[in-house]
Amino acid sequence: MTENSQAMASEPKVAAPVIHVSPSPHLSNQALTTQRIMLDVVIGLVPVILMALYVFRLYAVKQLVICVVSCLAAEAIFTRMRGRALPLKDCSALVTGLILALSLPGLAPWYVGVIASFVAVGIGKTIFGGVGMNLFNPAMVGRAFVMIAFASVLAAGGYQDAGSVVDAVTRATPLDTFKQTGAVTPLSALFFGLTNGSLGETSALACLIGGFYLCIRRTASWEIPAGVILSVLVLGGIANLTDPGSDWTVLHHLLGGSLLFGAFFIATDPVSSPLTTKGKFIFGLGIGALIMLLRLFSGYPEGVMFAVLLMNAVTPLINRWTIPRPLGAQ
Amino acid sequence: MAASVQSFGGSGTFKHGVHPPERKHFSEDMPIEVVPTPEKVLLPMLQHVGAPSVPVVKAKDTVAFGDMVCKSGGFVSAPVHAPIAGKVLKSAVTTLPNGRHVQVLPIKADGEQLEGQALRDEIFGGEWSLADLKQYDRQTITDAIAKAGIVGLGGAAFPAHVKYTPNDEKPIDTVLINGCECEPYLTPDYRVMLECAPAVIAGALLAGRAAGARTIIIGVEDNKPGAVKVLQEASQGTDVKIAVLKTKYPQGSEKQLIMAVLKREVPMGGLPLDVGVAVSNVGTATAIARAVLRGKPLTHRVVSVTGSGIRNPKNLLVPVGISYRELIDYCGGLKEDAARIISGGPMMGFAFANLDAPITKGTSAMTVLTAGDVRKADETACIRCGRCVDVCPMNLVPTKIALASRAKDVNLTQAYHIMGCFECGSCAFTCPASIPLVQLIRTGKAQIIASQRK
Repeated sequence: MTENSQAMASEPKVAAPVIHVSPSPHLSNQALTTQRIMLDVVIGLVPVILMALYVFRLYAVKQLVICVVSCLAAEAIFTRMRGRALPLKDCSALVTGLILALSLPGLAPWYVGVIASFVAVGIGKTIFGGVGMNLFNPAMVGRAFVMIAFASVLAAGGYQDAGSVVDAVTRATPLDTFKQTGAVTPLSALFFGLTNGSLGETSALACLIGGFYLCIRRTASWEIPAGVILSVLVLGGIANLTDPGSDWTVLHHLLGGSLLFGAFFIATDPVSSPLTTKGKFIFGLGIGALIMLLRLFSGYPEGVMFAVLLMNAVTPLINRWTIPRPLGAQ
Repeated sequence: MAASVQSFGGSGTFKHGVHPPERKHFSEDMPIEVVPTPEKVLLPMLQHVGAPSVPVVKAKDTVAFGDMVCKSGGFVSAPVHAPIAGKVLKSAVTTLPNGRHVQVLPIKADGEQLEGQALRDEIFGGEWSLADLKQYDRQTITDAIAKAGIVGLGGAAFPAHVKYTPNDEKPIDTVLINGCECEPYLTPDYRVMLECAPAVIAGALLAGRAAGARTIIIGVEDNKPGAVKVLQEASQGTDVKIAVLKTKYPQGSEKQLIMAVLKREVPMGGLPLDVGVAVSNVGTATAIARAVLRGKPLTHRVVSVTGSGIRNPKNLLVPVGISYRELIDYCGGLKEDAARIISGGPMMGFAFANLDAPITKGTSAMTVLTAGDVRKADETACIRCGRCVDVCPMNLVPTKIALASRAKDVNLTQAYHIMGCFECGSCAFTCPASIPLVQLIRTGKAQIIASQRK
């Protein structure tokens, strides 16, 4: 809203202050801006990035650089095409690039990262009207596109290169190992993250540290990861009870795959998740339930990406269903 | 040190809300000063909620201090009295900071005036005996309040006698006196509590008698331990209780105050009366005491002139109708970097530029902010972070209402309960995208009114 400025007549002897009028409130919390929220996400991602660099070495460096540069470039190109000023300073393209890179396998060829980035920012975000307007999580839109377009690269085999010098990459991912051979990766390996997988998902510990930071800052709403985890605990527990012979326990479900990375960093994207406390919790529960459904009954070993995208689609409905009761309403 | 929280059924606080910087230090330690009698006062005929007052004097009439110059224009209305002795001039029109064009009755000072300490003694001085309050029955008290032209001095300016008029269907069991003063910068209520606690207690007891209430509570936030202490001392041996509340904005809003002190929920679109409560500001309580015990009308009030844009911030006892310009001059003038002049506080006050506008009965302060204070980032898109939902004291979804209002979707704004918003500004204060949420919600309300007219 523009301010009506109005110069005032004042005493001739004093330098005239210029007085503006503007609607209330006349104070605002300067410490909290959209940019600061995006920066918080980057800070929250630091432990995850460090772990990815430690486990995947140059693969991680390569993928992070490709995705971040491509997302920034895509943002610049697409916003120019819309004839808008460059919004790069809000850092949202940076966040999309980081999350996208961390959700890809290190082995994915360079053009996969580039295409995923352009789809994420261009189709996932800009065509909806830019930051704040998108219905779906942009990074997941980009990832879903390359997962279908380059099926082999993002399928189980795309994660593995027996000849690699990086140890983690020589083995299959924990979820895939289990799906193919029934062998179970020890919980401690899943917790600390010395396993193969998408770059950011392997370490439950790193995701928890970064995730708690985001929740404390309220940059991520705790209701979402709480809903996801609760839902996975309940459904994973039921799966355990109905199939007591399985060695893949509810804790493996919780610590394995990209569950915690998704719960804390992907599902909590504010733009594509609900606004109200109740809505956030329902959203989290829905994601957890869909993840378990996909993991247990679909051909894919993992289901976080599709679960988030499906729940993104119903977010506007959840918002309508969970309009809070105002103080004093019956 | 903060006083320890104490309430009566409530938790001493309410849900949501914000903690804006308090910035009371500009004026909180400045004792109330009496402003010299101005050459002229402009008395608006509508300074309250309700029907305009009707002049009973004509131009060139001579009036004495305290004479009634306008009579009440109906039940929900209030008379206006001359705050100075002088001659009535021809009525005129002015624009108040809230944007209203109102008829004003100017009075030019003439003859001998009460000044300085004598005026202060007239308003606040002397004994405020609590001994014989039983002699005043309900009717006597409400009549005195109505006759004195008392309206809510906290800012809403609702005629006070209306609240206390007996209503058999909705009896009042509790009178709450509001000493929260949760707006940043403002200190007039704090100074009144500190310097004139006995009058506050007397007014509270009289309001309680008028309403037929069994319980009388004064609510004060815990950032004013000095006020809590003097009120506790002054209320010794009386039925008045002091509730100490956790400092949070907007606790001074009556719905939030009633929740914090009594844990009662005022129905949406309803009044405190609907839950058996009447709420008055501490300044109003002193005016009630003066009207009932001394038969004196409301002619003066305490105003803070504060903020980083004014040279010498002060708390002033001023006649109703004095201009903002005179208060600025009395406080040493504006600083060079002054950028915004606000009637009231920075969260809900009105920015204005017409310094010749008069102070009304409902004006609690003039806050002058500098360019640095009001600096605000450019508006960016809503990223639905939900911070506005987290802080809304009415439990609304401000961003949805605001965006629906921007899209002129009258049905959607109503589905999101737009009319529940009382424009406290917590959402816009918090919004990381600097969206003018309150202004958009105001626009949305106007759209609804316009659509109903069609």
